[in-house]
Amino acid sequence: MPVDVRLLPMGECAWLVETDDLESVLALESTLGGLVEDGDGPWGEVDDLVPAARTLLVVARATTDLTALAHAIRAAATDADATTPRPASRVVEVPVRYDGPDLDAVAAQTGLTAAEVVSAHTGTPWRVAFGGFAPGFAYLVGGDPRLVVPRHTEPRTRVPAGAVGLAGEFSGIYPRESPGGWQLLGTTDLVLWDPDRDPPALLTPGTTVRFVEVPR
Amino acid sequence: MTPAVEVLDPGPLTLVEDLGRVGHLAVGVGRAGAADVGSYLLGNRLLGNATGTPSLEVTFGGLRLRAVGELLVCLTGAPAPAELDGRAAPHNALVRVRDGQVLSLGMPSAGLRTYVAVRGGFDVPPVLGSASSDTMSGLGPAPLAAGQVLEVGTRTESFPVLDAAGVADPRSGTVVLDVTPGPRHDWFADPAALASTTWTTSSRSDRRGIRLDGTPVERLLDRRDAELASEALVRGAIQVPPGGLPVLCLNDSPVTGGYPVIGVVTAACVDRAAQLQPGQPVRFAWR
Repeated sequence: MPVDVRLLPMGECAWLVETDDLESVLALESTLGGLVEDGDGPWGEVDDLVPAARTLLVVARATTDLTALAHAIRAAATDADATTPRPASRVVEVPVRYDGPDLDAVAAQTGLTAAEVVSAHTGTPWRVAFGGFAPGFAYLVGGDPRLVVPRHTEPRTRVPAGAVGLAGEFSGIYPRESPGGWQLLGTTDLVLWDPDRDPPALLTPGTTVRFVEVPR
Repeated sequence: MTPAVEVLDPGPLTLVEDLGRVGHLAVGVGRAGAADVGSYLLGNRLLGNATGTPSLEVTFGGLRLRAVGELLVCLTGAPAPAELDGRAAPHNALVRVRDGQVLSLGMPSAGLRTYVAVRGGFDVPPVLGSASSDTMSGLGPAPLAAGQVLEVGTRTESFPVLDAAGVADPRSGTVVLDVTPGPRHDWFADPAALASTTWTTSSRSDRRGIRLDGTPVERLLDRRDAELASEALVRGAIQVPPGGLPVLCLNDSPVTGGYPVIGVVTAACVDRAAQLQPGQPVRFAWR
């Protein structure tokens, strides 16, 4: 089934492509990613594809003919298929000490015990949907649906590197110390971001993530 | 001996910048790079440097450098009064600096960011393909500090052909920025209101974004409490938070944001915006 897209203007060298849901974004991203790699026609001018929850930003060079690019995006969306299962991806195991300051609050909000929150978080594989908040930060989707919690109304001024949190339908890990509003379940020692590594981000879009509980 | 500069005083903020990082937005790495691209390019072009050679971006003057070896330097952007061992030195022109001479920049009367380019460029190791400091993510070199020595590289492409270029200095007074409709233009009750207000550049502006004070831009009634799923931003995007005061995204803005983008300032006008001093009036013109 083709992906329905709406092309929204975003300046002189980009289109913000809006879709109906995250699955459509990821299907479109995978189709356009292949075209950019081949680099034919306007695709050779595209520098970045930036997926988010409902949108994909297509960024081209300043010299690009935006109208030609729009035609190419629409044509590609007709070929994209949001219903085809995505190919198996690489799996990263993330060891977590579930000692986060919000573990009990998340338990209270979800009606589970703290132990049940931990087994729900480790029980289903998550998948990296997109990045964007900070280098190496990955929005993880596809977890246990009971773990949907709001973010804090007042963000913490300091969240440590490796903190594992929940916000809305997403789970995520803070790559470096920063302010942040996610509800924190625990901590990992994995290095999420290393500019000297290729690729620098451990969790790239499409990666499957399994959280594994380790002793506190 | 490798030519170099010794930083005697970095002023309020001096950063290494080039054309920025391309192709890493999806993993949360923004472009960074020189905020006023035109001024940055001019200096390197006059010097015959290769494209993307690192320069210094000096915010509000105050930089003092001592030359180690003989250097050919070019100052562009905000016309911070420059002195070489106490004698006035020109902008937008090639300046020969001899070993031990001190180049100092005063505070610019108009404009905010002065670029110091050197023939060969500053030799700074790239991170993900760029030597730029990203003040948002912390990638790239730290801001310059007193006592630091920066070596000069060899990234030249041609011999300088012009000694000077005639360019207009950044404006003082009201600056008009051209803006094209953005993806969430239709979230606002009266998008034209953006162009009918004279905005004031807030002192809380930085390389992440230029914050503007003025009459808040109102959302449509049915969008007032709506949440926008975070989406990608571009340099020049004007985000409007619920309070209605616009923020113009500059080079170090986060890669994604959760506030609707009403419009996008044209690339040439973002260069102009990057030269706005705190308190300076701004108007927008829809294109």
